[in-house]
Amino acid sequence: MSTTSAGMAGAGAGGSIGARMGRGAAWGILLAIVAISIFPFYWALRTGLTRNVDLFGGGQQLLPGDATGLNFKRVLGLASDAEIQEATGRENSASFNYVLALRNSIIIATIVTVGQVFFSAMAAYAFARLEFKGRDKLFFLYLTGLMIPPIFTLIPNLILIKNFGWLNSFPGMVAPYFLMTPFAVFFLRQFFLGINRSLEEAAIIDGANHFTIFRKVILPIATPQMVTLAVLTYVTSWNEFLWPLVVAPTDENVQPLTVALGAFTQQQPGTSPDWSGLMTGTVLAALPMLLLFMAFGRRLVDSIQFSGIK
Amino acid sequence: MTAATTTKQASNKTNLSGGWPVAFWFLLPSLIGFTLFFFVPTLRGFYLSFTDWNLLGNEGEFIGLENYRTLAGDDNFYDSMLTTLWYVVLNIGSQTILAIMIAVMMDRLTKSTTIRSILLLPWLMPNVVVALLWLWMLDGNFGVVNAFIDWLPLGGLFGDGPFRFFQDVGKVIPAIAAINTWKFTGYTALLIFAGLQTIPKSVYEAGAMDGATELQMFRNITLPLMRPVLALVLVLTIVGSFQVFDIVQVATGGFGGQPGGPVNASRVIYLYIFQNAINFNDLGYAAAISVVLVIILLGVTALQMRLLRAGESDLA
Repeated sequence: MSTTSAGMAGAGAGGSIGARMGRGAAWGILLAIVAISIFPFYWALRTGLTRNVDLFGGGQQLLPGDATGLNFKRVLGLASDAEIQEATGRENSASFNYVLALRNSIIIATIVTVGQVFFSAMAAYAFARLEFKGRDKLFFLYLTGLMIPPIFTLIPNLILIKNFGWLNSFPGMVAPYFLMTPFAVFFLRQFFLGINRSLEEAAIIDGANHFTIFRKVILPIATPQMVTLAVLTYVTSWNEFLWPLVVAPTDENVQPLTVALGAFTQQQPGTSPDWSGLMTGTVLAALPMLLLFMAFGRRLVDSIQFSGIK
Repeated sequence: MTAATTTKQASNKTNLSGGWPVAFWFLLPSLIGFTLFFFVPTLRGFYLSFTDWNLLGNEGEFIGLENYRTLAGDDNFYDSMLTTLWYVVLNIGSQTILAIMIAVMMDRLTKSTTIRSILLLPWLMPNVVVALLWLWMLDGNFGVVNAFIDWLPLGGLFGDGPFRFFQDVGKVIPAIAAINTWKFTGYTALLIFAGLQTIPKSVYEAGAMDGATELQMFRNITLPLMRPVLALVLVLTIVGSFQVFDIVQVATGGFGGQPGGPVNASRVIYLYIFQNAINFNDLGYAAAISVVLVIILLGVTALQMRLLRAGESDLA
């Protein structure tokens, strides 16, 4: 056995140039894929820094020849009429109120995240730590919620929100995600189950009740996981398109960025659309997620890998 | 329960248990949310499919199986189901192969968190942003992809450009599948990469000792051992892929186009449900299509779970 493996190892060493070339090629492919992941963002930024007229004159060079901040100015609502006309090359162009939509997105995502994470943590505590009749059955029932595609509950929920009189309003936007999602409860329960019980037992002996334990023992220990869940919830809420589209199809005072940007696209003419403006809006809509990514990217990678191992 | 202080001598288990009087308060918010927005709507969704509900104040008459009878003879339904299937095949096929490649390369080459983070970036973006980025990249007049294809020495291998991906009946679904592949490949690769970490390195070392090439190790070690995680990933991604909507709505609905166009070539099942509910105001019929979709998705999941079990016992 040892002689054969030595012989084989010798053969392997002979092929090492080939193996090294293989590794080089693999690195090349990997870096190319990394480049393809980033390039569209760069390209959108490059387009946003270019006037429409210059785009149509063959704006496919990698660097913008005559960069301008005009598109960013007008999408942020800071440009004069004359400047807008210069940037778009036409008298009337569709507009996109970025600041208002950004405000709405922040309001919606923040309310959803705070409510969902806190109330789901309460439920997760009950499922992980308390004993009551029918606990496992109820938890299983919650989990079946994961199997139902969102479009199935979309229509009944829309009717319910309409009956509440919450169409075109923030309460209507956040209601379905404010008190829980099955995923959030499931996610936190997993972590709560793993927390050592000895701390709680000590607290019980000191006379603490469950609400105190939840606040003073569990929440502080589980803070990292709650932050991870909060980031995931914030991203999901920020990216949501279908629900806000049906709840507030026309009212731009409550529409989040996704819906406002979609409406901006639909207003574009079939010929010579305002690509510079669209890409500026796209870059600005991507920006908050980019910032979140820079702050929490590593945490997100870890949490996804965790779910991959499970 | 308030008895905590008086039962110091009793077992800790009773103290910790709480029972319904305590659990009730912890569960109350989530129970309200679950009941109002998940449980009752699910039941109501089934009920709606037997009515002719609309949003204009019609409370909906019970019409029995009428919606399902219409559905059985609705060519548009079959058409959009086939469109969806074609999309799922293209999207899952390309995305899974690429993700496996990336995961294996990362596993064998680098543990860099930076690379993994960058690959995850497209997944974080709103679908609307993704749709717009690629709508511009793939534009028929000034899109950089067309410029790139022009530049490649292909000699018109794929026909003459420029390609108008979103105006071409045959290209719109492949284009949308490619866009979503761009968005989800990094995420899928991370899930698979995590699964690969459970394979002991000693197996590869033994393989290298025996003079196996990277390709042989991939075929004989990696592929069999990652089958369980692959099955799990496929359940997640296929069910998600069936539900494509946002990108179709935005990418085909802009610039005077019709969502689902051209000529309904990209009218996937989610869009068909959406159109029936919102545009045609036929909530009952939309609910009936949703019921069928749920049944299909449950079937897909159950089938894959069986395959998953068949793939167990790989890593003893």
